[in-house]
Amino acid sequence: MYKKIMYLLLLVSSITQAQNEEIKGKIVDENNVTLLGANVYWLNTNIGVVTNENGEFTIKKSQETTSLVVSYIGYNTKKIEVIDDSFLTIKLKAVEELNEVVLSKSLKSTEHSLFKATNVQTMGQRELLKAACCNISESFSTNPSIDVNYSDAVTGNKQIKMLGLTSPYILIAEENIPSVRGASQAYGLSFVPGTWVESIQITKGAGSVINGYESISGQINYEILKPSNDDPFFVNAYADASQRYELNTHFNTKYSDKLSTTLFLHGNTRLGKNDNNNDGFLDNPIGKQINILNRWQYNDAETGIVSFLNLRYMNDDKQAGQVAFNPDTDKLTTNAWGSEINTEKFEISNKTGYVFPDMPYQSIGFQNSFQSHTQESYFGLNQYDIDQKSLYSNLLFSSIITNTKNKFTTGINFTYDKYKEFVAVNFAQDFSRIDNSVGAFFEYDYDNLDNFQVVAGIRVDNHNRLGTFVTPRLHIRYNPWKDAVLRTSIGRGKRAANIFAENQQLFASSRSFSILNTEGTLYGLNPEIAWNYGLSFIQNFKLFGRDSGVVLDYYRTDFQNQAVVDVDFSPQQVVFYNLKGNSVANSFQAEFNIELKKHLNFKTAYKYYDVNTDYIVGNLQKALQAKNRFFANLAYETHILDKGQQWKFDATYNWLGKQRLPNTSSNLPQYRLGEFGEAFGVVNAQITRTFSSTFELYVGGENIGNYKQNNAIVGANDPFGAYFDSSMIYGPVFGQMYYAGLRFKIK
Amino acid sequence: MKKLILVLLLSFVGFSMNAQDKVVKKSKNKEVIIKALGNCEMCEKRIEKAAFSVKGVKSAEWHVDCQDVHVIIDENKCTKEDVAKAIANVGHDTDLVRASDKVYDEMHSCCQYERL
Repeated sequence: MYKKIMYLLLLVSSITQAQNEEIKGKIVDENNVTLLGANVYWLNTNIGVVTNENGEFTIKKSQETTSLVVSYIGYNTKKIEVIDDSFLTIKLKAVEELNEVVLSKSLKSTEHSLFKATNVQTMGQRELLKAACCNISESFSTNPSIDVNYSDAVTGNKQIKMLGLTSPYILIAEENIPSVRGASQAYGLSFVPGTWVESIQITKGAGSVINGYESISGQINYEILKPSNDDPFFVNAYADASQRYELNTHFNTKYSDKLSTTLFLHGNTRLGKNDNNNDGFLDNPIGKQINILNRWQYNDAETGIVSFLNLRYMNDDKQAGQVAFNPDTDKLTTNAWGSEINTEKFEISNKTGYVFPDMPYQSIGFQNSFQSHTQESYFGLNQYDIDQKSLYSNLLFSSIITNTKNKFTTGINFTYDKYKEFVAVNFAQDFSRIDNSVGAFFEYDYDNLDNFQVVAGIRVDNHNRLGTFVTPRLHIRYNPWKDAVLRTSIGRGKRAANIFAENQQLFASSRSFSILNTEGTLYGLNPEIAWNYGLSFIQNFKLFGRDSGVVLDYYRTDFQNQAVVDVDFSPQQVVFYNLKGNSVANSFQAEFNIELKKHLNFKTAYKYYDVNTDYIVGNLQKALQAKNRFFANLAYETHILDKGQQWKFDATYNWLGKQRLPNTSSNLPQYRLGEFGEAFGVVNAQITRTFSSTFELYVGGENIGNYKQNNAIVGANDPFGAYFDSSMIYGPVFGQMYYAGLRFKIK
Repeated sequence: MKKLILVLLLSFVGFSMNAQDKVVKKSKNKEVIIKALGNCEMCEKRIEKAAFSVKGVKSAEWHVDCQDVHVIIDENKCTKEDVAKAIANVGHDTDLVRASDKVYDEMHSCCQYERL
């Protein structure tokens, strides 16, 4: 019996033996010359053979492995997987001994994406350094997609516009958490020091549903420097001829490869009482700001967790008005006209992301932020106080449907805003209120991984003042041929206009305020609703052998309802009312850029705006908006030497066509402005000298042509009279201005 | 008796092997790396497209520097070999399956990488 079993077993093993055939093959070099004496063996075994004079070998199949290794002196060892019994021809490559050649190409400082569904451009740190001063409201002067305007002749505040619409219609977010909104709308961007920022992403047209329903003309997102890859120490000092001084220091500590923190300290003071146009008013406000951010980052690559915690405190004091104004004795009197704007801000925010370890395409994100923003201010005899406490929470889940060609993001978010708002103008009223909203969103992203992508999003929100409503957004990208992209976007936006916070420049005038509607839920007005449609085309090409590109885009914003701010009804009034009729903003932009020679880049753009609204007096072009604008930027950098030494030169020219001025024809002749403000151009330039990779100096000039608007303040000689108005400003008030600064870091 | 022991033993071995098969659970998100040769952006698109054509492939990213494609597959639906076969079918040699000369020759000249 045992014998039978033994035979059976032997038989079985001999059958398997018979299956265990041999593998035959040939080893050749790149020129198909056979190699004699090459080693052929199974991976991690002692079973091996050597090729014969014809380069051929025969090796028995191994039961442990199918990985066959071939090696030969002077050639790269090769491993192949054997899956069938066919004859193998294996080619070995000779080991190449080449000197290392480093090829480098400098990236553009602003990059237009060719492969994203949205028309997004990223301003990197090099672009941000082109505008050395000082906060992000001033960093867009070298970017043609954003227009930097002056909001009034008193506060020196700069206002940004996109597609011909002011910043309230732009969703401004700090790392995707909406940051400049509500009470901070007017001055919010000036509370973010430029050195803190790692990059800025500018999206034109309808944005993603993920960040909310409020964006109408576009989105600006800025990323703060990440503690995990920051330098241990950084300092930036800045001074200018108007006696503005800024100091930024960053201290970074890495406790482990997982935990790191950066402390950002910013202080600035504006001491100079300048009155270059001799109208008795300060050209720029005096004041001081202290701004502290402590940022923590926890990174665990193994578990897939990334978390940030931000703690922030900011205090900003501004004083503006007549040079002789002394706040201690003249505040809210007619002794002299003056204004003080004091803002205090506190913020705590956390975001945590989790990426599933074996599924890199699946993640969960949770963002939470609490902000407290308090502004106490007066403008002559007008008073404005606003306090906003807000909570924002966003939970996101991203994954795929069958494969990564089909991605989706879904989630819910919650916003709570408690406003205390007090306005004392020609009337005194308390507009304190609580706003809250809860919403859910779903965004589907299809990408054929080649030339076509669709991102379709929808969200449903319930807001105590805006009601329950649906926000659809659609983006399509198509790459018709090489280095080209065609995009289109459609989206709806809805928002509650904070008519006072967003139009604070009008407080610095003798205008009386009135709201014509009473039935609405927001100051008597209805929510603003607009559709935005956009089409853009980018083509990159070689011109005379040089990298160049053209960007063309056209956007249209069509308001279904708008909280119209009417300064044309009467020069002594500002009237707010619901839109009756049409309000549209059309914008067309053509941009051309070329690398003229290595390290010399030229960018130019032409912009056309047609922004018109049906006012009480009829359809008018938006006041203080140039129909035609021209932009040119020339940047040159020398080659970086061994120790990092480099020169950088940058010059920007902005030309603004004539702008319609608010109607002043009923004023006394000496208080009338023309129908249009004159066209003008402004040149900014900067030179940076880098001495090493850790130290650099810069000098620059703004408005080098010394253009100044005449009559920037109407009725400046009688600020408590009926004609006083500092809001009709279309150009710079302060003439040419020069600055210098340094940057130093420890690596 | 001895026969019985032998039968028991054999069945036990068979059982334990079976059990082992069950322990190796098929992963729904298995990352596999397949050597796949190519040159350019066109190759990248072709390789990734081919990988995605296999049912059960969730993500595919080809790296020109490493000459490999990182694929995440649902092992219940497909195998590493299926993916390699699909990539070889469109003209790219993999460490598991070699592309046919005919398909290779038909590729754009810029895609004609050096073969295995």
